[in-house]
Amino acid sequence: MLLYTIKRLLGAIPTLFVIIAISFFMIRMAPGGPFSKERVVAPEILENLNRVYHLDEPLIDQFVRYLGGILQGDFGPSFKYKDFSVTELIWTGFPVSLQLGGAAIILSTVLGIAFGVIAALRQNSRTDVAVMATAMVGIAIPNFVMAPLLTLVLGVYLRWLPVAGWGDGGLRQAFLPVVALALPQIAYVARLTRGSMIEVLRSNYVRTARAKGLPERLTILRHALKGALLPVVSYLGPATAAVITGSVVIEQIFSIPGIGRYFVQGAINRDYTLVMGTVIFYGVLIILANLVVDLIYGVLDPKVRYD
Amino acid sequence: MNAILEIEHLTTRFATPDGEVHAVSDVDLRLDAGETVGIVGESGSGKSQLFLTVMGLLAGNGRAEGSARYRGTELLGLSRGEMRRYRGRHMAMIFQDPMTSLNPHLTVGRQLTEVLNLHKGMDAAAARAAAIAMLEQVRIPDGARRMAAYPHEFSGGMRQRIMIAMALLGGPDLLIADEPTTALDVTVQAQILELLRELKASLNGAIVLITHDLGVIAGLCDRVAVMYAGRLVEEGPVEAIFAAPKHPYTQGLLAALPRVDAKQPGDLFAIPGQPPNLQRGIVGCAFAPRCHQVIDRCRAVRPLLADLGCGRRVACHRVGA
Amino acid sequence: MVDAVLDGIQPLAGRGLWADAWRRLRANRAAVIGAIVLGVIALAAVAGPMLAPHPIDAIYWDRVTMAPDFALGHYFGTDTNGRDLFARTLYAGRISLALGLAATLVSVAIGVVWGAVAGYFGGRVDAVMMRAVDVLYALPFMFFVILLMVYFGRNPLLLFVALGAVSWLDMARIVRGQTLSLRRKEFIEAATAGGIRDAVIIRRHIVPNCLGPVIIYATLTVPNVILLESFLSFLGLGVQEPMTSWGVLISEGARQLEGGQWLLVFPAGFLATTLFCLNFIGDGLRDALDPKDR
Repeated sequence: MLLYTIKRLLGAIPTLFVIIAISFFMIRMAPGGPFSKERVVAPEILENLNRVYHLDEPLIDQFVRYLGGILQGDFGPSFKYKDFSVTELIWTGFPVSLQLGGAAIILSTVLGIAFGVIAALRQNSRTDVAVMATAMVGIAIPNFVMAPLLTLVLGVYLRWLPVAGWGDGGLRQAFLPVVALALPQIAYVARLTRGSMIEVLRSNYVRTARAKGLPERLTILRHALKGALLPVVSYLGPATAAVITGSVVIEQIFSIPGIGRYFVQGAINRDYTLVMGTVIFYGVLIILANLVVDLIYGVLDPKVRYD
Repeated sequence: MNAILEIEHLTTRFATPDGEVHAVSDVDLRLDAGETVGIVGESGSGKSQLFLTVMGLLAGNGRAEGSARYRGTELLGLSRGEMRRYRGRHMAMIFQDPMTSLNPHLTVGRQLTEVLNLHKGMDAAAARAAAIAMLEQVRIPDGARRMAAYPHEFSGGMRQRIMIAMALLGGPDLLIADEPTTALDVTVQAQILELLRELKASLNGAIVLITHDLGVIAGLCDRVAVMYAGRLVEEGPVEAIFAAPKHPYTQGLLAALPRVDAKQPGDLFAIPGQPPNLQRGIVGCAFAPRCHQVIDRCRAVRPLLADLGCGRRVACHRVGA
Repeated sequence: MVDAVLDGIQPLAGRGLWADAWRRLRANRAAVIGAIVLGVIALAAVAGPMLAPHPIDAIYWDRVTMAPDFALGHYFGTDTNGRDLFARTLYAGRISLALGLAATLVSVAIGVVWGAVAGYFGGRVDAVMMRAVDVLYALPFMFFVILLMVYFGRNPLLLFVALGAVSWLDMARIVRGQTLSLRRKEFIEAATAGGIRDAVIIRRHIVPNCLGPVIIYATLTVPNVILLESFLSFLGLGVQEPMTSWGVLISEGARQLEGGQWLLVFPAGFLATTLFCLNFIGDGLRDALDPKDR
C-alpha cells in the first residue's frame, strides 16, 4: 500500500507539471505585463520592477526559477500585497478554508448518506419523494444563489445568525457558510446513495442474505450498506473539488479570510503570482484528495489489490 | 406420507408499469420427505417465482394468493419476522448465479458463520469450526485458510459449493436449488451435480431442483413437474414421464433433447412459436397456440390437472378425454 | 427478478424509436412543464427588453434602490444606480441563455468530433486522444477558466469559447463509446468495404447514430454552462458592464440584502427556474430516449 501511495504520488507529478506550466505560460501570452495596468510608471521604475521580479530574463529561465521556488515551497512575492510572499498568504488562509471545506465535506457525507439510505429504504414513499425533491432543489440551485437567499432569511429577516464574517469559526458564524457550501453536495450524495442502495437491495447477494433468514436490519447494515457506499466513496474526490470551487464563492459572499478570497482578490487585482500560487495549491489539494479517496476505496473493496 | 411442502392454488402476480403479469397461475404441488423433485420449464415459465414465493422472497411488486404449507404451517400469511424464522433454518435456497449471489464485500467465513450465529446460536469459535467442517463436506479443501478469502478469490464451481454449504448450515429439510449449474462450465456442472447426489442421500428432507435442463433431472430426481407460462402442465415419476410424456409440451421438450443416438446433428426438434405474453389474460390452454394436437376446446377452456393414477397428473384436454 | 418474469413477454410491435421517445417525453409532466416555462422565459428574454416600460440603461436618479412599483412600471424595482430591474433581468436572461447555448454548441462540436474520431479510428489514435481527455479531467478546470479571464481580459467571445472548451470532455467520452459499438455494425462495415472515405462515414453514419445521447447530454450541458457563467460573473470575472447577466445581477443583489432584497430575489428566481427547467427537460429526454431505468 505504501508502494502504491508512492507510485500514485509520482504519477501526479506530470499532472502538476501541466498545471504549473499552463498557469505560467498563459500569463506570458497575456497582453501586457503584470504592471501595465497600474498607474503610469516611469520607465526606469518599470525596468527596476521587471529586474526585481526577473521579468527581464528569458522565459524558460523564469519558468525554471519558478519551478525551483515551488519545490522549496516558495510561490514568489505577491504583486499586490507587497509585504507578503504568496506562500505566507496561502498559509494564513489555509486553516480557515480547511475548517470551512472540511466541515462541509463531513456534513455532506453524513447527511447525504443518511438521507439517501432513508429514501432508498422507503422507495416511492412520501419521505422518498420529499427527500428527492429537496435534493433536486439543492442540485439545481447554485450555492452563490443559495447562500445569499439563506442569509436573507436566517440572517436578515429572522436575525438568528450573523450575516457575514468568520470570527474564530464558531458554530454560529460557521453555520451559514458551511451549510451553503455543503447543500449541493448533500443533495448529490443523497441521490447517489439512494440510487446505489436501491440497486444493491435488488442484488442477488442481498436476496441470498434474506434467504438465510437474516433480520432486515442486519441485511442492510452488514450486507447492503458497504456495497452501496462504494460509489459514494469514489464520488468524494469530485466532491472535494466541487467544495474547493464552491468555497471560492462562499468565502467571497461571507467575507471569510480563506484562500478562496485571496484567489478572487488576486484575480480581480491581476495579482498574477498570487493567482498562480493558489491554482497550484488547489491542484495539489485535489490530487491529494483523489489519492486519499482511492486508498479508502481500496480498503473497503476487497477486489482492489495494490501491486 | 410425510409432506414437507404442500402448495395449493398458488398464484403470483407482479404489478408492472405495463400491467399485471401472472408469473405463477394456480399451481398445486406436494413434496414429501426424502424425495427430490425437478421443476422444469423455459425461462419465464414461473418455476423460480413459484419457489421465491414459498420463501417469501418476491420482489416488492409481487403479490401471492393461495396456500403454501411447510409441515402444516401456512407460509403465505406470515409476517416478515415469522417468515425469517423459517428461512435458512427450515428452508434454504441455492441460487443460479454463484458469481453474484455471494456478498463480494464480506469474507466467505463471515457469510457462513452468520447463519450459525443466527439459527443455532453458536459462538464465534463453534461456528467457525462447524463452517470449516461444512466446507470439508462440500469438498473445499483447506477450509480453515479459505474462510478468510473473499468470493472473488474462488472459481465459479467453488463459489457454488460455498453457496451449497451456506444453505446446509442451518440444517434445512427443504432445500431449493434454483438452476444451480446453469452458470457453470460443463465439467464443473458434473461435479456440482455429483455433490447434490451425495446430499440427496444424506439429507433428511426434500430437495427441489429447478432447471430448464431435462438431463439434470433425469440423473437426479424422483419426480418431475413441468411448468409452462406459469402453469403446472404435467407431473409424475421421472421414469414414467421420460418414457411416455402425456402433455404435448412435455413431448416437445423431450423431443428437443439432444440424443446420443440421433441420426444426424440436424435432427434436433424445436417447438415452434413463442411462449405467450403473461400480461394478457390467457384463455384456455396456454400452450394451445404452439400445440400440434390443438382442438377447439383448448382455446376456450383451461385444462385442469387430471389425476392419471400412479402419481401422474397432466393438464391437457387430449389426455384421458 | 422482474426481468425473469418479463422474459416471457414479447416486445411491443415496433413503432419508430423517435416516435416512441416523443410519446414518452410528452407523458413526462415535469419535462413538459419545464419546456413550457423555459419557453416563456426564453421568449421574455428575447422580446422582453423591448416590451418593458423602461430601457435597460436609463438611470433614474430619483428612484435609486426602489422597491417594485407597478404604477411607475418598475415591476421588479430599481437597482442601486436607479435602473429598471425588470428590463435588466430580462436582458440578462438573453445574455445568460445565449452564452449557455453558444458554449454548449462549442462543447458539442469539440466533443462529438473528438469522440467520433477517437472511437472510429481506435487503436493508438484512440489511446492518445482519450489519454488526453483523462489528463484534462484531472485538472481543476474552473480555475483555468478564471486564469483565462484574468490574463486575457473579460470579453464575451473568449468567455463562451472558454466555457465550451472546458465542458466537452464528457461528451467526447459518450460519443466515443457509441462510436466504438457502432463501428462493428454491418452498415458501417459495408460502407468501409465500399471504399467510402472515413470523414464521410463519420459524418453520414457515425454522428447521426449518436444523436440520442448527444441530445441528452447537450441538454444537461446547457444548465452547467449557464451555472459556470453565472459563477464567473458573480465573482466579477465574467460578463462586464454595460452587458449584464443573471450572475452579475445576483452578485449585485447579494450586496444589498438589507434594504434591497428584490435585487437578489428576482434574478435568483429566474436563474433557479431556468436551471430547474433545463434539468427536468434533460432528465425527461434521458428517460424518453434511454428507458432502461424505468
